[in-house]
Amino acid sequence: MNAINTLTWKDRLHGYKKNPASAVLFLLVALAALLTFAVLLFLISYILARGLPHLTPSLFEWEHNTTNVSMMPAIINTIIMVILGLILAGPLGIFSAIFLVEYAGTGSKLIKVVRITTETLSGIPSIVFGLFGMLFFVMALGWGFSMLAGAFTLSIMILPLIMRTTEEALLSVPVSYREGSYALGAGKLRTIFRIVLPSAMPGVLAGVILGMGRVVGETAALMFTAGTIAQITPNVMDSGRTLAVHMYVLASEGFHVNQASATGVVLLVMVIIINWLSGFVAKKFTKS
Amino acid sequence: MSKHARETIMKYVFMLAATASIMAVLLICVFLFWNGIPAMAEIGPFNFLLGRVWAPADTPQLFGILPMVLGSIYVTAGAIIVGVPIGILTAIFMAKFCSPTLYKILKPATQLLAGIPSIVYGFFGLVVIVPFVREVFGEHFGGSGQSIFTASILLGIMILPTIIGVSEAAIRAVPDSYYEASVAMGASHERSVFWAVVPAASSGIMTSVILGIGRAIGETMAVILVAGNQARMPTGLFRGARTLTANIVMEMGYAAELHREALIATGVVLFVFILIINLLFNLLRGRKKY
Repeated sequence: MNAINTLTWKDRLHGYKKNPASAVLFLLVALAALLTFAVLLFLISYILARGLPHLTPSLFEWEHNTTNVSMMPAIINTIIMVILGLILAGPLGIFSAIFLVEYAGTGSKLIKVVRITTETLSGIPSIVFGLFGMLFFVMALGWGFSMLAGAFTLSIMILPLIMRTTEEALLSVPVSYREGSYALGAGKLRTIFRIVLPSAMPGVLAGVILGMGRVVGETAALMFTAGTIAQITPNVMDSGRTLAVHMYVLASEGFHVNQASATGVVLLVMVIIINWLSGFVAKKFTKS
Repeated sequence: MSKHARETIMKYVFMLAATASIMAVLLICVFLFWNGIPAMAEIGPFNFLLGRVWAPADTPQLFGILPMVLGSIYVTAGAIIVGVPIGILTAIFMAKFCSPTLYKILKPATQLLAGIPSIVYGFFGLVVIVPFVREVFGEHFGGSGQSIFTASILLGIMILPTIIGVSEAAIRAVPDSYYEASVAMGASHERSVFWAVVPAASSGIMTSVILGIGRAIGETMAVILVAGNQARMPTGLFRGARTLTANIVMEMGYAAELHREALIATGVVLFVFILIINLLFNLLRGRKKY
């Protein structure tokens, strides 16, 4: 049964006839939305269509050289970079969020300063992070162009993201959970690690996964910190290029546009999977 | 270790972690300014900021970054002109016009738009938008397709997710009573949304625009592939330009001595731009209702 105030398409059309201005407004918003999603769809399908035919086995050879321009070292380096970045930024971000939510009082001065600085951090462009990483990690600390310098730079970059998502997740845990735990005699630490953090896990994980996505897609912050050498390196103090840097080098040189498009496919697929995973984790765990 | 001691120690561990972001911002400021200001002083602040010629290979070397400052401003303005109307209208559609089923598809799509790496956008711009602009506008206006116009379109697309996400949240935060009162007065759905709800969300929408400006001005890898990167004063919409970000990436690889420091000083100028944008953002949020 229809409620009395529901509008059918007929009613709407009738309304638009009487009121053409409204029709124009509706058309405007619908067109804008259509355009946005058409662009996204076109972009994804173009990158796939352009790159898939060039995804040859030689692109996945273990050793990189100028004839095969293999992306294998870059893929491995990307994975190493993601792991390093998360090891550094994960605990730091989660711990700071725990402090902000569980320990600091709402009016505390420290909280205000931390908020302003995390906001500043999240607004800084990646090339400025890259410059800083070069000046600090590469030169002042004498690490040279290295995976480690890149990972430290990126971990500062994704810190605000992990902090904000963890904070939101912690805040969404009902106070009654904490009260219940205290009432049973648990201390604050035990309450945080056994009760609060496990219930907030989906949100925390979703944020960490988004952080992975940023590491995978980053280029500007890595060019002058991790460098651009295409090699698989067992040593984190050596230089190595990630997939995004690899794609930039290929695209800007202009000799290997087809290989660049193939790299784009791998990069895009990685990012789509990461994005989907983040949403999936957040949804899956909140239901149960 | 007693339970009490453990609690206290962990409290300070958490606190230390929380100060990491403060430390990071301080370090970034100190290292950038420390390395950039001396070069600015040596070149002369006016010669640096207002100099119209960037010629590090000449003798004497000339380090004027006005072309790059203007390049960044033009490209960002172009991105705003392209991205803001489409972004805000899409946000209105998503918040007030679309069905829940459609929303379940559209929302992840905007998130994906935000997650696509800038190098992929750049590549797309290079192989699709650049040739398109060259074909369509090249005959009348000349140019290779790598231009301010091309960069504006690409950046306009790239700032869409920022504009859509923040604007949509602002529009959703407006109490339903605004909309209901307007409808009760006999206004149509569209009029109620555009003349009652959206104006109430205006400061949130402004915030989204400011965040979009920040994203556009700091974008590097995509711009570098489509803007042409000529280090001279921008001469037209369909001519190339170099942004501050591109200037750093293009030359940092081989620069030495004063040239290198001048590039770091370019980074300092960019950083100051971003700090000003951040300040604006905070001022706006202080006054924000929804």
